[in-house]
Amino acid sequence: MSEWVSGVLTIACLVAVLAAVHVPLGDYMAKVFTSEKDLAIERVFYRAAGVDPKSQQRWTRYAVSLLTFSGIGIVVLWLLCVFQGRLPLDRGAAMDWHTSINTAVSFVTNTNWQSYSGESGASALLQTTGLAVQNFLSAAVGLAVAVALVRGLVARKTGLVGNFWVDVVRATIRILLPLSVIAAIVLLAGGVVQDLSAPMVIDTITGSHQTIESGLVASQEAIKELGTNGGGYFNANSAHPFENPNGFTNLFEIFLLLVIPFSLPRTYGRLVGDKRQGYAVLGFMAFLWTTMLIVITWAEQAASHAATGAMEGKEVRFGVWASALFANSTTSTSTGAVNSWHESYSPIGGGGALVNMLLGEISPGGVGSGLYGALIVAILAVFIAGLMVGRTPEIHGKQVGRKEITYSALYSVTTPALVLLGTASALMVRSAKGAILATGPHGLSEILYAYASAANNNGSAFGGLSADQPFLNLTLAVCMLLGRFLPTIAVLALAGSFAAQHRRPTTDGTMPTHTPLFAGLMVGVALLVTGLTFLPVLALGPLAEALR
Amino acid sequence: MNQRSERSEESTTDVMTAEPASAATHPTKNESPSSLSNLWRQLGPALPGALVKFDPRHLWRQPVIFVVWVSAVLTTVLAIGHPSWFAWLVSVWLWATIFFANLAESVAEGRGKAQADSLRKTRATATARRLTDTGEEEIAASDLHLGDRVVVGAGQQIPGDGDVVEGIATVDESAITGESAPVVREAGGDRCAVTGGTTVLSDRIVIQITAKPGETFIDRMIALVEGAERQKTPNEIALGILLTVLTIIFLLAVATIPPFAGWAGHRPSVTVLVALLVCLIPTTIGALLSAIGIAGMDRLVQRNVLAMSGRAVEAAGDVTTLLLDKTGTITLGNRQASDIVVVGANDAAEVHRLAHLSSLADETPEGRSIVTWTADQLGTTMDSPADAVVVPFTAQTRMSGLDLPDGTMLRKGAAASVAKLVRETGGTGADAAMEIADRISAAGGTPLVVAAGRQGGSMNAVGVIHLKDVIKPGMAERFAELRKMGIRTVMITGDNPLTAKAIADEAGVDDFLAEATPEDKMRLIKAEQEGGRLVAMTGDGTNDAPALAQADVGVAMNTGTSAAKEAGNMVDLDSDPTKLIDIVGIGKQLLITRGALTTFSIANDLAKYFAIIPAMFVASYPGLTDLNIMKLHSANSAILSAVIFNALIIIALIPLSLKGVRYRPLRADQLLTRNILIYGVGGVIVPFIGIKLIDLLVQFLPGM
Repeated sequence: MSEWVSGVLTIACLVAVLAAVHVPLGDYMAKVFTSEKDLAIERVFYRAAGVDPKSQQRWTRYAVSLLTFSGIGIVVLWLLCVFQGRLPLDRGAAMDWHTSINTAVSFVTNTNWQSYSGESGASALLQTTGLAVQNFLSAAVGLAVAVALVRGLVARKTGLVGNFWVDVVRATIRILLPLSVIAAIVLLAGGVVQDLSAPMVIDTITGSHQTIESGLVASQEAIKELGTNGGGYFNANSAHPFENPNGFTNLFEIFLLLVIPFSLPRTYGRLVGDKRQGYAVLGFMAFLWTTMLIVITWAEQAASHAATGAMEGKEVRFGVWASALFANSTTSTSTGAVNSWHESYSPIGGGGALVNMLLGEISPGGVGSGLYGALIVAILAVFIAGLMVGRTPEIHGKQVGRKEITYSALYSVTTPALVLLGTASALMVRSAKGAILATGPHGLSEILYAYASAANNNGSAFGGLSADQPFLNLTLAVCMLLGRFLPTIAVLALAGSFAAQHRRPTTDGTMPTHTPLFAGLMVGVALLVTGLTFLPVLALGPLAEALR
Repeated sequence: MNQRSERSEESTTDVMTAEPASAATHPTKNESPSSLSNLWRQLGPALPGALVKFDPRHLWRQPVIFVVWVSAVLTTVLAIGHPSWFAWLVSVWLWATIFFANLAESVAEGRGKAQADSLRKTRATATARRLTDTGEEEIAASDLHLGDRVVVGAGQQIPGDGDVVEGIATVDESAITGESAPVVREAGGDRCAVTGGTTVLSDRIVIQITAKPGETFIDRMIALVEGAERQKTPNEIALGILLTVLTIIFLLAVATIPPFAGWAGHRPSVTVLVALLVCLIPTTIGALLSAIGIAGMDRLVQRNVLAMSGRAVEAAGDVTTLLLDKTGTITLGNRQASDIVVVGANDAAEVHRLAHLSSLADETPEGRSIVTWTADQLGTTMDSPADAVVVPFTAQTRMSGLDLPDGTMLRKGAAASVAKLVRETGGTGADAAMEIADRISAAGGTPLVVAAGRQGGSMNAVGVIHLKDVIKPGMAERFAELRKMGIRTVMITGDNPLTAKAIADEAGVDDFLAEATPEDKMRLIKAEQEGGRLVAMTGDGTNDAPALAQADVGVAMNTGTSAAKEAGNMVDLDSDPTKLIDIVGIGKQLLITRGALTTFSIANDLAKYFAIIPAMFVASYPGLTDLNIMKLHSANSAILSAVIFNALIIIALIPLSLKGVRYRPLRADQLLTRNILIYGVGGVIVPFIGIKLIDLLVQFLPGM
């Protein structure tokens, strides 16, 4: 079978399974967030925390709850990082204070940028009770925010956007946990390791010793992909044979990281009572994902067949197509897990991965964050184009006025500002500049990629950057923190102001937001806004490298 | 039954009610400056205004243009420090960009000024005769207080806004409405309001002043057309925020270029960076935004509609439910003869002849329709006999007629009045005529009783003319258009439900409210608003005032009471309720123009990047010349061409922003497709061509 045929069949297989799964999963998630009933186990949590699950919150209380929850998460995780050496299951791993801060912020913000080396930087206890827990909770928070925004769109002048605690508990217990259990079993069956035994020391054929770590990998791998987290158990992430042993697990991991983001448009359609609205968003996400997949695959295919080309950086076990598919999916879902080395991609291929992040993680984006990111694009599209039908712009009968456009604009300006300012500041600091390995345009790509990855909460690393140093650790942590919570607050404020509005009826004079034309418009807005912001720096990075 | 429908029935043959129909075709005072030559003529007077606006304190209100101002100052300073052709050319064109932006606003404002000046003349010399306890005193109109009573006689100007409290008079309101036909103003009822600056033609009235000097209707009109009171509308503010945020993003994108380019080894000069910034920020829409708003208000003024705020104009575009009064809006204000019912045993042909004769001197459309109808029945027309004396309609008698030389007297008019006359003169048929009249009324028609008799003898009721509603031509099509635009039409009428339904079906409205009281109307508006709809209505009576205030767009008729005019957020000087439909169109056009130019402005940026980025970085990475797809002459010429295009496109779009984007009543998705193609796709393509053409010329300049 030629590379082409197997590659296309792999993608077709993935798309077919996603298409089949997104309907029931999307419907199920919609039911989870609208159900009137609480499970017994959930009631235990509510009683313990003193939360009335029947009460609804305004956006301000919702946001305060979220920030408190995440704030506590950061502190707890930071303590675990710092004191991992004095806790059980220690393997002698340690982190600097700044690495700890970076790691704590990274996992709570669903970024999972790893400044430390997976297997040697974090103990099994930290990995399982700290990092893996945040893998669930940070994804649940993302889901909660997305659902709150949709509730705001649906609400009729109530001003209420739901209950944060209920949303997080349900997202964890009813969605992420059961799916992870299934996924972990499949991964185990596929050959991913799961044990707590001591590292194995083997003699290599050259006569030297090699220490092979293992751990509770399969369980962590499942939520790593499912929650679009991406923090690998091992430093080599999904390129490590214990995390990703074969072609099947590779494809299954790609499926896992895409499945919730691609199912959420269905949930959205269900919640607003118009499935077509979900299809438009899904179409928008799928179009961008497919386009970038074509670009990256084409670039890598061309590079590997060029006279000077090589398989450098690719996952040789899976080949160019599966590497490109993984790279495209992981950077477009804010996951950041990798099965190949993005730095070694061709300029256009690596640039494609970069663009996926710079788009703002909307194709399909992270768990929850992808949906609300896409809805912000929809709001901007509605605002710009909506005027062209001669009405005050509205989405689902909710007007996009002064307040709404302010919040949407705040959302859209935050991450580009962080990326540009972060990269520029790093280029002006000697220590950070020294951490860049390559010179010329490729060096700019290395540092730009790091800040794009952090600010957009992706967490994937380009490579070539010695990131474990105070300036980079701290500025990247700031980018992750602000890149997650400023947009989150903006989304919740938006949800609140939508929720306080009347819902205007849909008429023939209303701009349709369910048509292919509108999905196309969203694509145009996303590309134009990203393009206009980042063209200069992309010209100096990947483009200059490609056109050399 | 509300006051309006009573009135319209009672005064069917009133000469003055003929105005709405004629106003529908009334030419606008200012022809729209659609042609370029018109624009050129407006440029001259606008120049001084445009120069004054260079003041940064003024520009601060438009953040995008303010950034250009700062940029221009910066490049000028740099050009002085390190003079070069390139630096000076860029500086000059940046200043030109600001100038063009100011010019757009200035031209838009200038169009209102001429009108304001002519309005100002009307109040220049007014004096008032104030009633005091002892008699009258002559004082300046500007010294009048609220509640003062003034006397105005024939030929005198009314000194201020007020209500007629005594007397009845014809008033020439052409100073405000442009309509030369006089209108009747009388004490009590819905037509008591008079406007300062208008002139009494006949009779004498006493007016109670209801507006302080300086706050009269004319004063407000002047302020509105001059744009002095112009406040940004909600939508304009929202768009302004988006533009500001875009500016911030581009500011960041440009400000971070030096470190990025420094890594590559070659930093672009500040002049080049500033040029890029100005090209990227949405200067086009930023420059035209306020002109579009002013022009939108102006378009209403040209149609003789005064919007009290820009907010109201925007709301008009959002309207989803139109409440339309049947009479004068859906049906002709003037009903037409459809039948004559004979009273008692009179001969039908004779009755037709009498009705024909009685209407010969009646110049109202109703009167003419009677002449035509009876002529058809008789198969011939008759001339008014020589020496016949015409008895005109008066508000007191509510009938008109003809006294023939042979002593025959003919009278025709409101049923109750004619019946009273018949009874007073001891004539016959009064009761029978009233019975027929009631039947006609019940069916939604208007009865007019014809009586005939001899001079000094008794008058006998001989027949009852049935006047029927006639739906205005083209209304059904307009309602279909509105439905396509997603707007629901509801007909409001005092008629009984059966008649109302018949007319509603014929006119093609979506719904109707029969036997409507002001309370019913209010309830309907609130119900629609509860459902999230925006409601527009017209009204003129005092009892309409609460509903006018409640509606999102309330258009008061200029003939209406001051209470109605206070409550509404627009006043139609022509008092033509049909105009509500046009107002919705104007509101939509305003929003579409804004959206279209915003889209165009942002889409333009792509080409500018393709011009400037290769030019800026080619020194570091020669490979980037491949991005110079326009094949521009040199780095300097590419940057300058982009800056020049950026400035000239403002001038090129001034006519469009003043005239408004062409608006057609289409479904939203059709409008969207059309406008995206023109302004989105067009906005991407046009600058590629424009910049290339400019570059072909610019390359010959020194320093390129």
